[in-house]
Amino acid sequence: MTGATTRTLPLDDLHRAAGARFGAFAGWSMPLTYPAGVMAEHQHTREHVGLFDISHMKLIEVSGPDAAALLSKACPLDAAALGERQSKYTFLLNEQAGIIDDLIITRLGAERFMVVANAGNAALDEAHLRELAAGFNCTINPLDRVFLAIQGPDAWAALARAGIETGELVFMHGFEPRKDWFVSRSGYTGEDGFEIGLPEADARKLLETLLADERVMWIGLAARDSLRLEAGLCLHGQDITDEINPVNAGLMWAITKGVRADGQFVGAEALRAALERGSSEKRVGLKPQGRQPVRAGAQLFDEAGNAVGRVTSGGFGPSVGSPVAMGYVSAPLANAETKLFADVRGTKVPVDIHPMPFTQHRYRKG
Amino acid sequence: MATTYFTDDHEWIRVEGGVATVGITDYAQEQLGDLVFVELPEKGRKLAKGDVAVVVESVKAASDVYAPVDGEIIDANEALSSDPALVNSAATGDGWLWKMKLADEGQLTGLLDEAGYKALIG
Repeated sequence: MTGATTRTLPLDDLHRAAGARFGAFAGWSMPLTYPAGVMAEHQHTREHVGLFDISHMKLIEVSGPDAAALLSKACPLDAAALGERQSKYTFLLNEQAGIIDDLIITRLGAERFMVVANAGNAALDEAHLRELAAGFNCTINPLDRVFLAIQGPDAWAALARAGIETGELVFMHGFEPRKDWFVSRSGYTGEDGFEIGLPEADARKLLETLLADERVMWIGLAARDSLRLEAGLCLHGQDITDEINPVNAGLMWAITKGVRADGQFVGAEALRAALERGSSEKRVGLKPQGRQPVRAGAQLFDEAGNAVGRVTSGGFGPSVGSPVAMGYVSAPLANAETKLFADVRGTKVPVDIHPMPFTQHRYRKG
Repeated sequence: MATTYFTDDHEWIRVEGGVATVGITDYAQEQLGDLVFVELPEKGRKLAKGDVAVVVESVKAASDVYAPVDGEIIDANEALSSDPALVNSAATGDGWLWKMKLADEGQLTGLLDEAGYKALIG
């Protein structure tokens, strides 16, 4: 992620023309904010439509007679049980059940799946899948696409006006409306919305129409982060890592009972052992009292001054109107009664354990 | 008659009668984005040039603001406790950060004037 050359988004020129301020993220030069600023961008997404360029993320097509079998080995997932168009949030686990990456996998056909991987892990994910694929009759095909997220209460209407009919598509479903297009009703803001992978030329055409709609505004990575944090969603590399298992991360909801019991996925043994032991620490929402933000890396202490946890994501929540954070605390303390303090440059900031999400999800579940 | 100086850390320093009012420039507030918290210094604190005087926090990150010269804090802009966005809307006016009594006015000669600062930020 550091030292190597920074990659440029295919639509870099459009972001420059829109006045974006750039920063490096996961090896990419990404628009952090536009002239409206992070507060306005965040609120606009909650109220209208936010448009995000997420082309740093990778679409990987997995196809062939053994595609479902491969994905069910790589992830704690029964890929064969997914209905066509159905998407599932899942993980690549290592043998210790640590989370190599979190993914969304959508079934496109009897023998075809779309995997959406995080930018910083995409190369690793692809290599991992290829290694596991030895002996499986399937093809792993990373796609060259522009990838856009269109998020917010008017996302559906804005797409419809732009001529993109999504029909009866509901949350966590995806399909291919045109050649080389992939559209899913999903996102990472807590709002209703869509993610669209498409060829660059098509993307430029679509954006001309979308950006002519006054409800639609470019949103940078800074607001993407505050939106996902308010929504209680994990950022891989911060809130979940290859040293954290889904039990401690509080993400067991993503693994069905059947798969927990007898799935033959990588890390199954370690995950079952972790479930047996129970979690040593738990991921929780954190709400600092007062206005001072508590950031990733801050240590958490109990009233007696014992180190009991750490903050993994933190910042200001524009919709909440106060600082918000998430992190890990030792399991016995992971309840609303616990009084915690975060160390911020030597000051002990009182922090409450708060239910997540901080802002209600407004997904379109049909 | 007040004289305004600048630093290459994007601060402005308005000096009048041995007292300096310090803030960040408009360019700096633009770079930082929307501020949500300003950690103000205690009155009476003695600072050496280069010490962290104030921490300004945007939605995304915390950034240090350094003392441009030696001196003692005599006032901090309490209005920023409830309205940190004043730094965005009025960086060189109501969004000032602190006032300090200068220990050595000679240090001011090492700072930039407005033309020098404008050349710096292009």
